[in-house]
Amino acid sequence: MYEMDWSSIPGAIPLLFKGLLITFEVTITAIVVGIVWGTVLAITRIGPNKILAKLAAGYVNLFRSVPLVMVILWFYLIVPQGLKAIFGDDIGDIRLTSALVAFALFEAAYYSEIIRAGIQSVSRGQVSAGLALGMTQWQTMRLILLPQAFRNMTPLLLTQAIILFQDTSLVYVIGLSDFFGTAYKVGDRDGRLVELLLFAGAIYFVISFSASLLVKRLQARFVK
Amino acid sequence: MIEIKSVSKWYGEFQVLTDCTTTVQKSEVVVVCGPSGSGKSTLIKCVNGLEPFQSGEIIVKGTSVGDPKTNLSKLRSHVGMVFQNFELFPHMTIIDNLTIAQEKVLGRNKEEARDKGMKFLDRVGLKIQAPKHPGQLSGGQQQRVAIARALCMDPICMLFDEPTSALDPEMINEVLDVMVELAKEGMTMMCVTHEMGFARKVANRVIFMDHGLIVEDATKDDFFGTPRSDRAQQFLAKILQH
Repeated sequence: MYEMDWSSIPGAIPLLFKGLLITFEVTITAIVVGIVWGTVLAITRIGPNKILAKLAAGYVNLFRSVPLVMVILWFYLIVPQGLKAIFGDDIGDIRLTSALVAFALFEAAYYSEIIRAGIQSVSRGQVSAGLALGMTQWQTMRLILLPQAFRNMTPLLLTQAIILFQDTSLVYVIGLSDFFGTAYKVGDRDGRLVELLLFAGAIYFVISFSASLLVKRLQARFVK
Repeated sequence: MIEIKSVSKWYGEFQVLTDCTTTVQKSEVVVVCGPSGSGKSTLIKCVNGLEPFQSGEIIVKGTSVGDPKTNLSKLRSHVGMVFQNFELFPHMTIIDNLTIAQEKVLGRNKEEARDKGMKFLDRVGLKIQAPKHPGQLSGGQQQRVAIARALCMDPICMLFDEPTSALDPEMINEVLDVMVELAKEGMTMMCVTHEMGFARKVANRVIFMDHGLIVEDATKDDFFGTPRSDRAQQFLAKILQH
């Protein structure tokens, strides 16, 4: 029978905490950039310019049809070349940068679909009402459509954020020490892989589950 | 005030408006009626450019609506419109519904916009509802707020697109009362409605549309007395039975 030994965890807490910060950094950057860029994509896709709309649709379909792990690896291979071309050889740790870029661009594709559905969930009459009051297209979008759209889709955006939080663990393929990566390394170092991975899993569970409970409560409030 | 000259409109192959011509003078109240699908809502939406049209011309107080050089937003800010489904902004309070366009479109400051908003809310009898959200109001109340919202912009004329069609019967009158009062004050109004009682009370002229055509354009007395077209007679007979 395998004897559990949790003694290596307390000493590794500072290291694990640093990893958790990386996880949060990737998650939050991807949420913020993903929503902003996703909104631009969504508006472009339903906008009047057919060529831009096609390009945006192509972008979304491309990223949604490719496994995330592959995108992370692609950007790990591409971003350094780009950065080196711009800043020379002194570019520091490119693993974090490339992960941030990969997640932000990848998530934008998913967010743009949620946002597009959100925008389309607001009735056409609301746009007419805004325009009829003399608002410009842009004012109507900004003051009338988007606030309602974001309200309608907040639960979905948050749910996507929770999935994203878990998906960030995939950065282990480029050797970035996020929470999962750190737990793995510590476990490997001390020969306590099972304990460390169980512990990491528990932390992921607690964070994700509390967040989804929060979403449920928010949802109940919005429906009211 | 509003001149509609030979306006035609197609959705692809389907012609929704055929050579529509009419005018609305200053302080005149014109009621547009007709069976559903006759193009009356489409026509009224062409007046403030919410619906484009392919041929003909609409001139609102000297400005051509169909002209691509026309600043439509500016034109619309002076033309009030009331919709069938109210279209209040559900994410804002009642008072914010009334002030947002005053501030963002007309550039009025907060106090000025608020004062004006409260004044018109009071006029439609809903001053105490100011801090509520549209969802907390009845349909009739929402439509009165929508009228107040349009009035806040100091419109030169008002367009009503079936303002009472989405209302429960007991709420229709509270909205019609507000409209009658407006008409009596000399507001220029173009109203798409089936409320013949309203038409009898305040309309100067009645336009009857069918299949995208203006079939009858007559003074109120002529229209209710002896409509010339068979189609209008049939329509009136049906609608007055209720």
